[in-house]
Amino acid sequence: MKKLDRKQIAARLARDIPEGAYVNLGIGLPTLVADFLPKGREIILHSENGILGLGPKPAPGEEDEDVMNAGKEPATLLTGGAYFHHADSFGMIRGRHLDFAVLGAFQVSVTGDLANWHTGGADDIPAVGGAMDLAVGAKKVLVMMEHLTKKGESKIVERCTYPLTGARCVDRIYTDLAVIDVKADGLHVVDMVEGLDFQELQRLTGVPLKRLASAA
Amino acid sequence: MINKFVASPEAALADLPNGATVMIHGFGNAGMPSALIDALIAQGARDLTIVNNNAGNADSGLAALIAAKRVRKILCSFPRQSDSWHFDKAYRAGEIELELVPQGTLAERIRAAGAGIGAFFTPTAYGTRLAEGKETRRIGERDYVLEYPIHADYALIKADRADRWGNLTYRKSARNFGPIMAMAAKTTVVQVRETVELGELDPEHIVTPGIFVQRIVKH
Repeated sequence: MKKLDRKQIAARLARDIPEGAYVNLGIGLPTLVADFLPKGREIILHSENGILGLGPKPAPGEEDEDVMNAGKEPATLLTGGAYFHHADSFGMIRGRHLDFAVLGAFQVSVTGDLANWHTGGADDIPAVGGAMDLAVGAKKVLVMMEHLTKKGESKIVERCTYPLTGARCVDRIYTDLAVIDVKADGLHVVDMVEGLDFQELQRLTGVPLKRLASAA
Repeated sequence: MINKFVASPEAALADLPNGATVMIHGFGNAGMPSALIDALIAQGARDLTIVNNNAGNADSGLAALIAAKRVRKILCSFPRQSDSWHFDKAYRAGEIELELVPQGTLAERIRAAGAGIGAFFTPTAYGTRLAEGKETRRIGERDYVLEYPIHADYALIKADRADRWGNLTYRKSARNFGPIMAMAAKTTVVQVRETVELGELDPEHIVTPGIFVQRIVKH
């Protein structure tokens, strides 16, 4: 089987973002999606610190300290973009105005619970940022992650063992092995990588998967 | 004649007492009022409660205030960063209390304080450990957590331009927490790049009206 690398997961996810969508890309892995959004579609990126119409990285020497993304990296504003304060920014998130939030994850449960902010380790200093707001607020929450941990355990689980970011909030999971929808009656496989069959995906995942007729 | 211009950051913060709750504007360096933070460090007030999105970066600004052991408690959403070593050290040593607040809840609690709201229900953090012990309610099809406003004695803000009435404009994403922190504090002190005559700011473009601002320092 041909596992996807991180850029290929981002590219696979980016294909599903339609024209006109308002999207927040979480910090870390999800920011890769910006590089793969289909040219020719107008897609507006939101940044928690108060930007709609977030643009690409500035050219070297063109950085402006007052324009940054949520990861505090230098950014730009697209023509037509807007700035606003933090309460408005999170009003957009919680008020269900964003079409998609793309988030990384430690674990996703069969019912769509998301764990992505804290390992729960006693010595770990917790930091949550806007993750819990995005998890409950966006119309669709898309998770982007590797299918298995470094030890080979499935990150799609019966119940999250890490502290939750949000309950029953994930709509779709994009991994290096498959695309999986979280529905009321369980997990539906939408897509698998080349050379992977359903039985093998089921074996690696551990929790019950349903097979869409269209998935090979 | 109303004149909110103050001669120096030191003069603007001279009366800030020990034990005060101080909101500090900024998201990273964007909007961070570094001259006011430096003046607060020099001023000497201790046992402060600080409200900021983060818990200081590298060795200056809020990080320096924490390193000087002047902060008793911090309310923020994202303390742990690659360069938050002063906070990390104080936290692990048990010298600083952390109230971790989801970013949108932090913003809304600040907004609520300035807007006279007694409390509000938010869906954020429902079913998570950050909602443990909090009142919840099901309203319609969703579950919510009860959250209370965060009031402050002082807000330290960086804006772009101000007139002597305290009307403010900001620059780009450096607006972030400024407008809501200005509303939530009893005394709002603003560091600005430029001061202008009354009438020079287009009334259509004023973001924070002067009613929310007490002192302005050009720096």
